[in-house]
Amino acid sequence: MKTNKLKTNDLILQFTAKIVFFIIFFFSIHIFFAGHYTPGGGFVGGLLTSSAIVLLVIAFDLKTVRKILPINYMYMTATGLIIAVATAAYPIFDGKPFFTHYFDYFDLPLFGKTSLHTAALFDLGVFLVVVGVTMTIIQTIGEDE
Amino acid sequence: MQVLAIFIPLLAAIFIPLLFRRARTIHTGWFVLIVPLLLVSYYATFISRVMDGEEALASFNWIPSLNISFISYLDGLSLLFSLLITGIGTLVVLYSIFYLDKTKEQLHNFYIYLLMFMTAMLGVVQSDHMITLYLFWELTSISSFLLIGYWFQRDKSRFGALKSMMITVAGGLFMLGGFVLLAQMGGTYSIRELIAQAPYFWDNEYFVLALVLILLGAFTKSAQFPFYIWLPDAMEAPTPVSAYLHSATMVKAGIYLVARFTPIFAVSEVWIWLVTGIGLLTLFWGSFFAVKQSDLKGILAFSTVSQLGLIMALLGASAIAFHVEDAANTVFKYAAFAAIFHLINHATFKGSLFMIAGIVDHETGTRDIRKLGGLMSIMPLSFSVALISSLSMAGLPPFNGFLSKEMFLTAMLTLKDFELFEFSTWGILLLIVAVIASIFTFVYSFYFVFKTFTGKLQASELPQKPHEAPIGMLIAPMILAALVVVIFCIPNVVGWLFIKPAVFAIQPFLYQDPFLASTPASVDITVKLWHGWTAPELWLTVCIVVIGLILFKTFEKWQKLYRLQPAKFSLNALYDFIMDGILNRGMTSLSKRMMHGSMRHYFMYMFAAICFIVIGTLFYKDAFKISFDGAAPIELYQLILIIVLVLGTLTTLVARSRITAIVGLGAVGYTVALFFVMFNAPDLALTQLVIETISVALFLLVFYHLPRLGKVQEYTPFRFRRLVVSIGIGAMVTLLALSAHSQKLVESINQYYKDTVYSLAGGGNIVNVILVDYRGFDTLFEITVLGLAGMGIYAMIKLRLSRKEKSNENE
Repeated sequence: MKTNKLKTNDLILQFTAKIVFFIIFFFSIHIFFAGHYTPGGGFVGGLLTSSAIVLLVIAFDLKTVRKILPINYMYMTATGLIIAVATAAYPIFDGKPFFTHYFDYFDLPLFGKTSLHTAALFDLGVFLVVVGVTMTIIQTIGEDE
Repeated sequence: MQVLAIFIPLLAAIFIPLLFRRARTIHTGWFVLIVPLLLVSYYATFISRVMDGEEALASFNWIPSLNISFISYLDGLSLLFSLLITGIGTLVVLYSIFYLDKTKEQLHNFYIYLLMFMTAMLGVVQSDHMITLYLFWELTSISSFLLIGYWFQRDKSRFGALKSMMITVAGGLFMLGGFVLLAQMGGTYSIRELIAQAPYFWDNEYFVLALVLILLGAFTKSAQFPFYIWLPDAMEAPTPVSAYLHSATMVKAGIYLVARFTPIFAVSEVWIWLVTGIGLLTLFWGSFFAVKQSDLKGILAFSTVSQLGLIMALLGASAIAFHVEDAANTVFKYAAFAAIFHLINHATFKGSLFMIAGIVDHETGTRDIRKLGGLMSIMPLSFSVALISSLSMAGLPPFNGFLSKEMFLTAMLTLKDFELFEFSTWGILLLIVAVIASIFTFVYSFYFVFKTFTGKLQASELPQKPHEAPIGMLIAPMILAALVVVIFCIPNVVGWLFIKPAVFAIQPFLYQDPFLASTPASVDITVKLWHGWTAPELWLTVCIVVIGLILFKTFEKWQKLYRLQPAKFSLNALYDFIMDGILNRGMTSLSKRMMHGSMRHYFMYMFAAICFIVIGTLFYKDAFKISFDGAAPIELYQLILIIVLVLGTLTTLVARSRITAIVGLGAVGYTVALFFVMFNAPDLALTQLVIETISVALFLLVFYHLPRLGKVQEYTPFRFRRLVVSIGIGAMVTLLALSAHSQKLVESINQYYKDTVYSLAGGGNIVNVILVDYRGFDTLFEITVLGLAGMGIYAMIKLRLSRKEKSNENE
């Protein structure tokens, strides 16, 4: 977060960060998708993703990271909330109680027989909110003088 | 129509501002005058019906579901009061037309308040339902508050208004409590129904409490000892208001209440003793201190207090009639008769005296009796009226006060002859008090009229050049003074028309119950002008007159006696002490001490209270129980982790620098994560690890930005009290957890989750499935909380005003 001080030649840090970022990011995606059957889920997944971004922030600086990932995290939070509410609200139009989930097995062209679950959509909302909020907090505090 | 009649003044009040604004050339009072005039003629039509023992009843449903309705009930008692209210009301409005200036005064306010008051009083005396009675009762308090504070620019008016409001409203609330208790006992709010079943609940455990509460209401309103103190201060009101409210009507609301509830409560000794005793004490106290006053209206205020005490004492004595047999109880019927009779007489002479005091004030510019004197030749008409009324107040023939004073003495004389409730021993004391009070009454009546109208005219002392009042102003007091004489001439007609039906209402059982009374005919009381030479009343009166005259002549010599009582020990000082000392300054200093804005202290209060309540409940409910049945054995690595945890916690507590504390806290967090690992909670462990990392980072950030100034003292200073409270909280939580763990009432529902996690929810990770599926609702709002927190931080940092803007805003 105190990025200004690290502006000297941090070659090793920056190079490692580039690689480690992808490792952490893919791990978080894995944890996110595996959440329904093994430990993990939207919350931890989101936290790990944001920690990957934080690593980038530390290695480079806020401005650079913003250029690499041009995301408004407030919008991200809002999108996450909307996805979560929409997933929860959808069953109402189907004549079922609020927050009813649907799941079944599908034969998909690339994945083969796959279990799909609307809970994953809700979890996606959680994921987006967590990433959005953590990054908003860190970014605002980091930019503050 | 009968219910509507109560509200006619209130409805008429709506048009007052319109008339005041549109018809400026005519005094608004002339329009107002129509209202009480109409009402008094309307109520006069009831006289013949009520005289025959009939009762007029009409009701209007207000809240049918709660059985609350406006009931107008006219029997002898309420008709008498209604006639007084509307009759004196007419005269007061007439008087106020000449008293208040139409260009200088806010007349619309005055007449609206007055009409409001009239409705309230009519409601009080006619209501049969106790809740509506209370409603009107409070309305009298409020409208009287407004009337006393009519000249709101004056400090004294505001003080007097507030004082009367405080005391009467407090009494009203007590009375409401009494009403509710009474309704609980009898199962109805209707006074008539309660009276009908009165014999059945006199031994109820709440009976005496209800009695005392209702009496408190009556005593505060009727200015009885020690609640009379508001009445002298209420003299700051315009004189028509004093004449109307504080002599003829509002202060008699308490009398009405006592009279109305006599059939219910008279069976109790407490009632008799309280009403009679307080009445006599008030009678004496008021008459004694009336002589001390130098303000004309002050004398009249204390005189009113004293006369109200007299009526109250007679009502108390009349309640004995419920206890004694046949032949003897006529005497106590006599007391009831005397009470009502004096009530009428007092309304006439006190009303006119107030009006005279107002005239003197109006024409000379002062009410100070030390500056007045020698007005007899300048204001002959006012003097005659004042003389008639004063002599009536003193109890001299040929005025009506003489008759009621005689009846009062008769009642007090007979009291001491009864072997009931120790009256035989104490009764003589009551008589002595009554006689002494009568002597003082005589003295202040003379003092009032002769100090004002005879002697030397001190023209230089007076702010205005005195002259006789306009005739319009004198009409109302002259009518009242004429009544004083007329009632003396035809007391039996008055008794037969008004008083007998009222006595019927006060003592209904005596004429219905065959065991208590012979025939209704036995109430026929004729007022005797002459008791014969042998009657003790006569000699008592002679005695009163002689001693009174001597005291009046030597008044200058013994007036110093009043200076003996220091102002510190008066009841007014007590009131000031309660209002200003305890309620104002005491409460302010209490809240200053308790609420000084230190968060630490508030936390201390909160934690100590939580601790006390929880531990107290644990022991009180005997819920305290520790058993280790079914507890898992402690493994070695758990023990090590616990030691690490405790060490981390202790480091945080005793750390001398903040950074150590932060690191200690981090250690605690990571250990907790390890605990989660050990107790098979991988999701929690994952989350805990990441969250702990982020929060430690945030702590460090905050630490880095701390202002330099505060860094001097980094470690927490030791305070013994904090130690005690924190140990208490720790012990409390431990006890609670152990007790809760030791006595589980129902099985956990986790088996259901285990069984259905795949079949119903299509998942494998129970924790996650619970979070997103079974109880996704919680998660939905948790992410909302998270989103709000993010936005909050963003808003706090980005949207704060610059310092310059902030200082502008503060200005």
